Amino acid sequence: MTATAPGNPATPVSQPPAADEPMARIEGRAKVTGTAPYAYEHPTTEPLYLHPVLSTVARGRVTAVHTGDAEQLDGVRAVLTSKNAPRLADTSDLEFAVLQSDEVTFHGQIVAAVAADSPETAREAAALVRVDYEERPHDVILRSDHQDLYTPGEAVAGAAPDSHQGDTDTALARSVVLVDQTYRTPREYNNPMEPHSTVAFWETLPERLTLYDSTQGAHTVRATMATVFGLPEENVRVIAPHVGGGFGSKGAAKAHNVLVGLAARALPGRTVKLALTRRHMFSLTGYRPPTIQRIRLGADTEGRLEALVHDVTELTSRTKEYAEMSGLSSRMMYAAPDRTTSHRLTALDVPVPFWMRAPGEAPGMFALESAMDELAVACGVDPVELRVRNDPGADPQTGRPWSGRHLVQCLREGAERFGWQGRDPVPGHHRDGAWLVGTGVASAVYPRLTSPGSAAEIEYGADGRYTVSIGAADIGTGAWTVLTQISAEALGCPVDRVTLRIGDSDLPRATVAGGSSGTSSWGTAVHAAARAFRGEHGADPRPGARTRAEAPENPDLERYAMYSFGAHFAEVRVHADTGEVRVPRMLGVYSVGRVINPRTARSQLVGGMVMGLSMALHEQGVVDPRFGNVVNGDLAGYHVAANADVGEVEAHWLEESDPHLNPMGAAGVGEIGIVGTAAAIANAAHHATGVRVRELPLTPDRFLR
Amino acid sequence: MRPFEYTRPARAAEAVAAVTADPGARYLAGGTNLVDHLKLGLTAPTALVDVRDALDDTVRTLADGGTSIGAGVPNSDLAAHPEIRRRYPVLSAALLAGASGQLRNMATTGGNLLQRTRCVYFQDVTTPCNKREPGSGCSALEGHGRDNAVLGASEFCVATHPSDMAVALCALDARVRVLGPDGERTIPVNGFHRLPGATPERDTVLSHGELVTAVELPPPVPGARSTYRKVRERASYAFALVSVAALVQVRDSQFVDARIAFGGLAHAPWRARRAEEVLRGRPVTEESFQVAADAELAEARTGRDNSYKVPLTVNTLASVLRELTEEDR
Repeated sequence: MTATAPGNPATPVSQPPAADEPMARIEGRAKVTGTAPYAYEHPTTEPLYLHPVLSTVARGRVTAVHTGDAEQLDGVRAVLTSKNAPRLADTSDLEFAVLQSDEVTFHGQIVAAVAADSPETAREAAALVRVDYEERPHDVILRSDHQDLYTPGEAVAGAAPDSHQGDTDTALARSVVLVDQTYRTPREYNNPMEPHSTVAFWETLPERLTLYDSTQGAHTVRATMATVFGLPEENVRVIAPHVGGGFGSKGAAKAHNVLVGLAARALPGRTVKLALTRRHMFSLTGYRPPTIQRIRLGADTEGRLEALVHDVTELTSRTKEYAEMSGLSSRMMYAAPDRTTSHRLTALDVPVPFWMRAPGEAPGMFALESAMDELAVACGVDPVELRVRNDPGADPQTGRPWSGRHLVQCLREGAERFGWQGRDPVPGHHRDGAWLVGTGVASAVYPRLTSPGSAAEIEYGADGRYTVSIGAADIGTGAWTVLTQISAEALGCPVDRVTLRIGDSDLPRATVAGGSSGTSSWGTAVHAAARAFRGEHGADPRPGARTRAEAPENPDLERYAMYSFGAHFAEVRVHADTGEVRVPRMLGVYSVGRVINPRTARSQLVGGMVMGLSMALHEQGVVDPRFGNVVNGDLAGYHVAANADVGEVEAHWLEESDPHLNPMGAAGVGEIGIVGTAAAIANAAHHATGVRVRELPLTPDRFLR
Repeated sequence: MRPFEYTRPARAAEAVAAVTADPGARYLAGGTNLVDHLKLGLTAPTALVDVRDALDDTVRTLADGGTSIGAGVPNSDLAAHPEIRRRYPVLSAALLAGASGQLRNMATTGGNLLQRTRCVYFQDVTTPCNKREPGSGCSALEGHGRDNAVLGASEFCVATHPSDMAVALCALDARVRVLGPDGERTIPVNGFHRLPGATPERDTVLSHGELVTAVELPPPVPGARSTYRKVRERASYAFALVSVAALVQVRDSQFVDARIAFGGLAHAPWRARRAEEVLRGRPVTEESFQVAADAELAEARTGRDNSYKVPLTVNTLASVLRELTEEDR
């Protein structure tokens, strides 16, 4: 089966073929009528349902798994444990070494699983599996003075863990104005609407594995499954036409993918289905690790930065190393001549952290932009003006010119639209009945990433349509629509002459829908394929004409510093008696290159802002150090913003195009909306109350007096 | 989910007989709490006796001018009922502060009274909990304690009662009508829910087999002003950090009477008798609000994570009284 969007384009824009026209989602009708198949919904014949059993200790050894009661239930087909599960070909990555040993390295690890004829039976049988442990002492709490702090390697961090430019100690000692504060962010969980789910089928002779998966990268999952199961990549197929959100947590294979593969292999000929419960997701699908960030700013009395030091302490898992690079933005954001950043990790007995929307930038910019607000207060400089004064002409980290740095325009336009002018800077001065009212600002930044390695294929059909194929993923972002628009623009044809095929690893290779790089990476490949197609087949191709091309390398990546910027403004009300925090108004202005499809772009930017609001006010995975688990691991306990929390939200952008980035001139917009949002809200809460909260979330108790 | 018998009798007496005969049987109404518990493995009843056909789902005016609310009335209907909105606005407001629209459509009056704590340890079968498994210990005492009770708790249990509706009913001095194997009885709602003591597994004074059939409200207090204030970190769909239901009667800038109940502070909705006593006869001043609130919270016991509840409750009560007496100062 090849994944194509069912239904017709809702509002075809026949001409002109410009990708920056607003266009309704081409799969929108299918989604709202429930006919767009998500991973768990692909039709299967007599499937088996899988339910995992998770460890209830954070560290130790499984000494026995009692499966008798479970096996006696009618409809149970198999109980997998480390004793009977098929052996994997590669267990070097412990996250994927599912049921391969009796070691327990975190609370909520898969220690058994039941396959049964119905999901109810599987769940009940899983509850009947009793597991004995030899428990060992565990350590799950991040502390800044942890004795095992270490510096992560560059390979894991994706960048140098430390940076030093100039002499920050001397500069800080000389500076007239100093800010030296520590900011903390808690564990945060992605919680996409669609839980992680996988349907697997194992064929023998030859051995082939097919997965319907809820993933941000079909090819990424294929590669992992091929490695872990020792299959050639071409014998693994991953299909994911529609994905109900991911935010990073579906950006790679996770342990449940391996588990369902194991079950399918143990039960060949039967399709095996697994949908994680919300509670399972709190230990198996990654989370943003908690951070402790010390920031030191030295400035003159006018607020001009002389030194910036950002020291980050975070946890990783003993199961698998992950480094949240929260200090990277501080290397390029402002024009401090002397700058130092560092990242230290401690490996604990916790589940494996992973990407969550703007990993690094989201917590890092909460810290930096809170500190900048503290500096503005300390200097008596308007916080918008402070940022303008520290805007660097070239990338302070590399010295390269910007491909387009328009932070100042974002700040100016945002201030204008928000009504910032004439703001009384004195905190706690404005009251509306029982509510203290304040406003705040913060900058946003996100690198303009393009991942190498995507390819696309174009075929002209007898029906006069171009079929454009690329294994990209639409995780709710609008990729179905935007890639159709880009294809039409690149081919110079109307959008209703394009049939897009995505979401299948049998299609040309596509990089992951992550790092706000999807549109840029896939669109570059589509443009290359269109150029090659026209080169080979001309403007009037014969039916059956077909061309495939790889995205070319972009030499400008080495010449320019490429970043998107933004300015977030927020109005916050804090109840004088109860400390309740409400955000009636948020406004963002972004510089993201050329905006492709304003409808889907706005949706992503507004979504990012709302998630930033949620991060500011609500989100917090609470760890019980005695058990090593997250105690509020469901959506009743782990609060995300509800409709009632969200007031007016406006997203605007500058009219621009980045000629150095890609043929579209467009940067991704998936992540920048969450960057700095929490700081804008915390800064506004300070303006409202005079209370500076340096630890998220901003719960009412912090404002009680 | 474990197999269980399911029956749906047409009459309350049949339902009572069925549950009384089977110690493992439970009543099912809207299912908004019980079905979660079945999934989480908190309870494994042998039989579910669905009482949705058996329960009265009407709101009627009583001979004394009070109101009878059938136990089967959905929370949404009750909140929207014109008589309730006009005569008992505090009850309507409390209902609308709870849960979500979808849940309120399913949840019933009787079921709302009987919903169980959302203590995270109670809901996690892998951790000790005296309420779920008597004698196993209380994980919340030394654990995540932001939601823990500050009034009337015991060393065995620090859970809080989650209902908003019940808090308003306590301030209204409602009565709970119950049908049991030995006939009917009426229980004042202040006294219907228990404090935990050494037996936190029992939330209420009901015995096995007893079925809530109605809630009765006395006639509205003439000239009383009332409000329900729920403080929560999320603007909707969250349990109360603290909530206050208050009715006050004021004459010549003095409190004639006050009826105050708190949610989020204790194992049961907490009727603030001390604060009421302090307010009676006192002038309507900020000082009175403060003294009343302090008197009620004097015996509060806090742990590592929930000390905020004391100033929060004091502030919230003062805020509520200020709002209710704005015209009297």
